[in-house]
Formats: sequence, structure tokens, C-alpha cells
Amino acid sequence: MTAVDTKPSAGNAFARSIGHVLKARETGIAIALIAVVIVATVSNPNFLFSSDGFRDLLLTPSLLMVVAVGQAIVIITRNVDLSVGSVLGLTAYLTGRLFIDIPGIPPILVFVAGVGLGALLGLINGALVAFAKVPALVITLGTLYIYRGINVAWTGSDRINASDLPASFRDLGTGELLGIPLLTIFAVIVLVVAAWYLRNLRSGRELYAIGSDPAAAHLYGLRVTRRVIAAFVVSGALAGVAGVLYAARYGTVSSSAGLGLELQAIGAAVIGGVAISGGVGTVWGAAIGAYLLLTINRALPIVGIQDFWQRAVVGVLIIGAIVLDRVLAVRQHRRLIEQREEKP
Amino acid sequence: MVQTSTSASAAPPALELSRVVKSFGAVVALSSGSLTLEQGSIHALIGENGAGKSTLVKIVAGLYRRDSGDFRLRGEDVDFSNTAQSKAAGIAVIYQEPTLFPDLSVTENIFMGRQPTNRFGRIDRKAMRAEAVEIFERLGVRLDPDRLTEGLSIADQQIIEIAKAISLDARVLIMDEPTAALSGVEVERLFAVARSLRDEGRALLFISHRFDEVFDLCDTVTVMRDGKYIDTMPISETSIDELVRLMVGRDVTEMFPKLPAEVGEDVLVVEGLTSPGVFHDISFTVRSGEIVGLAGLVGAGRSEVVRAIFGVDHYESGTVRVNGAPLRKGRPTAAMAQGIALVPEDRRKQGLVLDQSVTRNVTLAIRKRLAKWGLIWGGLENAAAEIWASRLEVKTAALDAETGTLSGGNQQKVVLGKWLSTEPKVLIVDEPTRGIDVGTKAEVHRLISKLAQEGLAIIMISSELPEVLGMADRVLVMREGRLTGEFERADATPEAVMFAATAEGAAA
Repeated sequence: MTAVDTKPSAGNAFARSIGHVLKARETGIAIALIAVVIVATVSNPNFLFSSDGFRDLLLTPSLLMVVAVGQAIVIITRNVDLSVGSVLGLTAYLTGRLFIDIPGIPPILVFVAGVGLGALLGLINGALVAFAKVPALVITLGTLYIYRGINVAWTGSDRINASDLPASFRDLGTGELLGIPLLTIFAVIVLVVAAWYLRNLRSGRELYAIGSDPAAAHLYGLRVTRRVIAAFVVSGALAGVAGVLYAARYGTVSSSAGLGLELQAIGAAVIGGVAISGGVGTVWGAAIGAYLLLTINRALPIVGIQDFWQRAVVGVLIIGAIVLDRVLAVRQHRRLIEQREEKP
Repeated sequence: MVQTSTSASAAPPALELSRVVKSFGAVVALSSGSLTLEQGSIHALIGENGAGKSTLVKIVAGLYRRDSGDFRLRGEDVDFSNTAQSKAAGIAVIYQEPTLFPDLSVTENIFMGRQPTNRFGRIDRKAMRAEAVEIFERLGVRLDPDRLTEGLSIADQQIIEIAKAISLDARVLIMDEPTAALSGVEVERLFAVARSLRDEGRALLFISHRFDEVFDLCDTVTVMRDGKYIDTMPISETSIDELVRLMVGRDVTEMFPKLPAEVGEDVLVVEGLTSPGVFHDISFTVRSGEIVGLAGLVGAGRSEVVRAIFGVDHYESGTVRVNGAPLRKGRPTAAMAQGIALVPEDRRKQGLVLDQSVTRNVTLAIRKRLAKWGLIWGGLENAAAEIWASRLEVKTAALDAETGTLSGGNQQKVVLGKWLSTEPKVLIVDEPTRGIDVGTKAEVHRLISKLAQEGLAIIMISSELPEVLGMADRVLVMREGRLTGEFERADATPEAVMFAATAEGAAA
């Protein structure tokens, strides 16, 4: 905490942290993102330099970013949450329903309700995974359909329209502060809090430990069950937040809101260097991954790539990221073994 | 009652177990376990594999819950239902196989779950790193606190485990065969640390198979056999001979019914087998009717060599020939076709399909031969299984019982049956009697001996020295990926083999 303490090694520590940043897996993805933006901007300067272009660049990935942060937390514990798209759909519809059924309800209450519902749905996921000892892939595949089914039954052919929502609430989805969309600011706050938590609190580090080796975590006496449930609750709550923001941003909510979002969220995390086998990666990576994923989608038509190739490009990106991770992991493993043999 | 070393010390024992019972279903792992650890003393716990030592340790660690018996810490009754509770009570266990998080740094591994934090619960990384450095200095080891634990040697991983125990200020430290994979220097380093911990008033439990280490390090010793407490005595009042007698309860040579076999032609010839970082320049020959023992410490690369011969793992250079014909590398099917059979180390994971019937498991490797027009007929399958089950005396309620319900020894017989049904010329067995009760163990030994008599060339990997010495016609010793010794049966003394396995002469 004291400044005096750091003085002797300050230069060294600074150089070390620069080295860390350069070597970090997240840096590569960020560079790729910047490259995509540059290429698209060169093809059509409006991509970045029109006011709409700049706004869309920041705004489009914001919701996915929130969900991807939650997804990354779950994946770090060596689990996966496939139900996030359905959770988002349910909370988005709940948001609209509350505004319609309770005229004059303060938006903050709607927020709390959305987060609460998301957290509850996440709790169900987590409890099933932790207590039934069934792989999360199976459990959350089940709840993906169940939550979506409830949504369809509840919504029917009904839909929420922008006119059902109070203007003050819709401003949240379109408003800006100093030229930056509110949604983006919100998403970045979520990201910073999550990243800080994962790095600096015991329970955050334990999530990495659990994902790195669940059996060792058990022997260490870590509270594995509790932590895994908490990870799912966070993922659900963030999907719930994203649901409320979805309603604010788009105004229209049908029973298909958030369909397929889970795959984008997992894709974002994997592209960002979160190992699908747990224990490795950061929410920064997942967030940048979300930006890259959606920005590429918008950049491809501008660069002149046909519609049906766009999905393939996303696929190549995901596989490319996994191959890259594998190559890096093998190289690191060799290096660590060499390091041990060099040790005097 | 339990005879404890009733010294006049006023302090209550650091840890006291008496007549503790633990069973798993019908299997009694511990029928009467007793143990007393005094503060400021190093206590040895010895006994054969399967004597119940590990079960006892796991009860102390809070991994298992005892069925009955007393468990006291410093005179107070305790009962742990998880590892966190035993840790909180000041017990640290260092397992044979260190359990660390490979993706996290050395420092984080030491402090996981109880990192130093500031007032707001934020982890104080600087303080944490400083404490790690301080512990390493105190232990006199050089280890980069910032590197990942992935890729560390077993010795270094154990140092991390000990650092963990020290940072926890554990009052009771249990080390389960900590020296099994260490070199001489590393053992000395570990012992120096252990003595200084004892002098600080901690109680240490040291589980080892190496008598010289027990006599070198420990103050008192408890012997266990077949899940029971046998005796406790001060180390100064006993001898290796007495301890061995108490451990086995019978003469050692009785256990290994080695039958005379006629040694014939070279069957398996391995030349210059090398896989960088795993094993180097391995050359040896196995003849028909011969049992070649492959001895060495855990992690010496023995299993890796036989896995490479069988084609499960790749190797970079060298040749393997069976009856003169070269074997393609990396192809288990080619190895099987040329008559090699491998009974793997971990029979539950690598040797058997536990949810399937005994019949299915026995016929697994010969399904092609049993098939007619691509379909397997139950009749042929049952007949083949019956032959082998009766030849190997597999004890099972029915041949269609799930293999997972059989005892360890009978499971091992099923794996053996599976491979013998392929009519191999070379049989490789990796730790054939690990976790098998004494009676069945002898049966497995007799069986292997009989197979050699029938003309099979056999390679037997075993970490139990008496087993290797009792069974093998010739003993090869590996250390750190290299062959470091070859002994004919008559010359293979425990001292000579152990020396070759540890090189610096740690145990000799």
C-alpha cells in the first residue's frame, strides 16, 4: 500500500507489467479487433467516422458483453451455461409485462425484478449441477428448453411494443453520456467489477482453482458446491440484467428474444481465451471476444463479403482461437518443463 | 486396550485414534486402526500396501468418516466431515501425489482459500508473495513463486505442499510416502525440514516403505497389517527384522511361488527407444519363459516405456521387434496382431469397462474373432468367457454381473483373461497387484509364474520391491527415464536395486 515500498523495484515491476500485457492472450484479440475496425473503416469511412457508425460500434456488442462476462465466470469453473439466451428472453418479457401491468412502476424496481428472476433461474441451474452431479452441459441444455418453453407459454403470440414502455426507461437504451452510449458504460462497469472480483477476492480466485482441478479443490477444503452455484447465479443475474437492457434498447420483445445468444456468449468467451476446460482466462478476454464477434459481423458486409459466408467466418474465428490456445498451451508446457530442468 | 508409549509427558497427545473402523460396503478397509502422535515427535506408520494406512490418513484428513472408534486431538474428541474442518483443526496432509492447481502460480497454490487480505477483503498479493519467499528461504529451496505449477517436478510440488502446511501453521503434519519420487539430495532437504518442524513442537506422521529412512528420521513407529493395529514402539528399541516380521506376519519368500521355467528364444527386442523428456536410449530383450521385472521409483518412466512399446504413446527413435519382425510405432492394433498384450496400470480406467459384464470384458480384445458376418454371437462369447473365467478362477456371482461389482483382485483377473484370450507371445503387466488383497495377490503371482512356464515372455512393472525380486528372472532398473541397472535373479538384492533406482545412494 505504501509508495515507499514499491520504489526499489518500481522500474522493474513496470517493465514486468508491460511484458505481461504484451504477452497476454487478450492483447492478441484486441489487436484483431482493431485490425477489423481499421479494414472496415478503410473500405467505408462511415464505419467509424459517422456518428451512427461510432455509436453502433460501441452499442451493438454491449448486451452480449454483459452475458459473456457471466458465461466466462461459469466456464472458468469448468462448467457451461447454455440457458442464458432463454433467461434473457424471460426477463426481457417480464420487464415489458411489469410496465404494462403496473403503470407507473419505477424502472429501478423493474431492474431489481429482472436481476432477481435471472439470479433465481441461475440458482436452479447451479443447484442442479452442484447437487445432482450431472454435467452442466446437460442440465443447462435442459433448462434452455424449459425456460424458453415457459416464455412461449407466457407470451403466446403477444409481444411488447416500444409504446408500452415509458420513455424514461427507453432513454436508457438509447441515451448517451459524453457521446458514449449508456448501455456501453453500464457493460464496462459490469466488466470492471467482475474482473476486479475475479482477480482480487478469495472467492474469485477459488473459481479458477475449482476449474483448474476440481479434485484438488475438494482436497484443499474449498467450498466447491457453494462457489459453483454462485457462478451460475451470477451468470443468470447478468443474463437477467441483459434482458432488462434488451427491452430498453429494442423496445419490442417477442417470445424469441435472445434466441441463440448462448452460443454467441460461449463463442465470445472462447475467442477471448477462456479455456473451455476451466481454470484459464479472464472476463476481459470474453468482453473483447464479444466485441470482436459482433464487430466482424457488421464489418463483413462492408468489406463486401457475402451474407452466407459471415457465419462461416465466425466459425473459423472460434476454431482459430481454440487452435491458437492449444498451440500456446503446448508451447507453455514445454517452456515450463525446460525451466524446471534449467533450475540449478 | 491400545498400548501407547506411556511417557510421563504431561501434554496430551497431539492426535489419538483408537480402534477406528471403516468399511466400504462389504469391504472392511480398516478393522481396528489405532495411532498416537505425540507433540514434538516424528512417528512412522508402516505396513504393506492395503494394510489400511491410507484409509487411516483419509479419516484424519476428513475425507472419510469413520464408522466407529475414538478420534481425539490434544485430548478433545473431534469428528470431521470434510477437509476444511481438519485443516482448521491444524492438520495438514501431504499426499503421495501432490494435488495442486496447474493453471495457478506457485504462490497462489500455497495460499488458496486463505490468502492474506487487507481490510476490504482484497487479496494482498505483495504480502502473499513475500510470505511465500520467506517460507522457501526457511526451507532452503529455490523456487520461483510467480511461475505456474504446471511442469514442476514431484519434489518441487511436494515442497509446495509443505510450504502450504507451514503457512497454515499446522500442528499435525502427515506425509504419505513423501520420498517415493525424490532424489537423495531432495530427501535430505525434506528431512532437515521435518526435523526443524518437530523441534518447533509439531507432531509429524511419516509413512514410508523405506526402513533406512524410518530409522534415520523417526522417533517412534506403528505397524499395521490387514487393516489392524499391530504394535507401537520407540524406534531405538526395534530392528528392521522385527518390523518386517510384524508387517508381513509371515516369511517373505513364501509369498512368491516362482515356478522354474525354461528360458528360450528372444521374443521381444527393444533397441535404443527414445522419447525426449520421457525416456532415453532404452534397450533390452525378453525371452520366452522369462519374467523380466522393471523396477524403479514412481515417475521413473517405466509405464511410459511399455506404453510406447504397445503403441499407445509415440516415441521418437529406436526399434521394437517381436520374434524378429519390426513393430510399427504408435499402433496398438499392430502390437496386438503381433502378440503383445498390455495389462495397464490403472485397471479401472484403462483395463476394464466397469459397467459391462464380465463376459463382455473378457471377450473385448477378441471380438473380431468371435464375430460371424460382422455380428457377435452370444454363444461363442459366453463360451470364450467361461474358459478364461474358470482358468483364472475369477470369483463372481455370475458372468453377466457388472465388472465394477467385483473385488480388485478379481477385476485384475478379468483384465488378464481379456489379454490371455488373444493368445499373446509377450505379456506386459503394469503394477499387477496394486490394491489387491494378500490372498488374491498370491494367486495373481502364481498365475503370472505359470504363464511364464507355458512359454510367455513377460515384463512385470512393480513398485513393490519384494514382488519384483520374488518374481523376476531378471530385474531391469529405471531412473529418470534411463536404464540404470540390470541384475540376474541371484544378484538382485534389495540394496543393489534400490541403489540403481535412486543413484545418489539415498536409500542404499
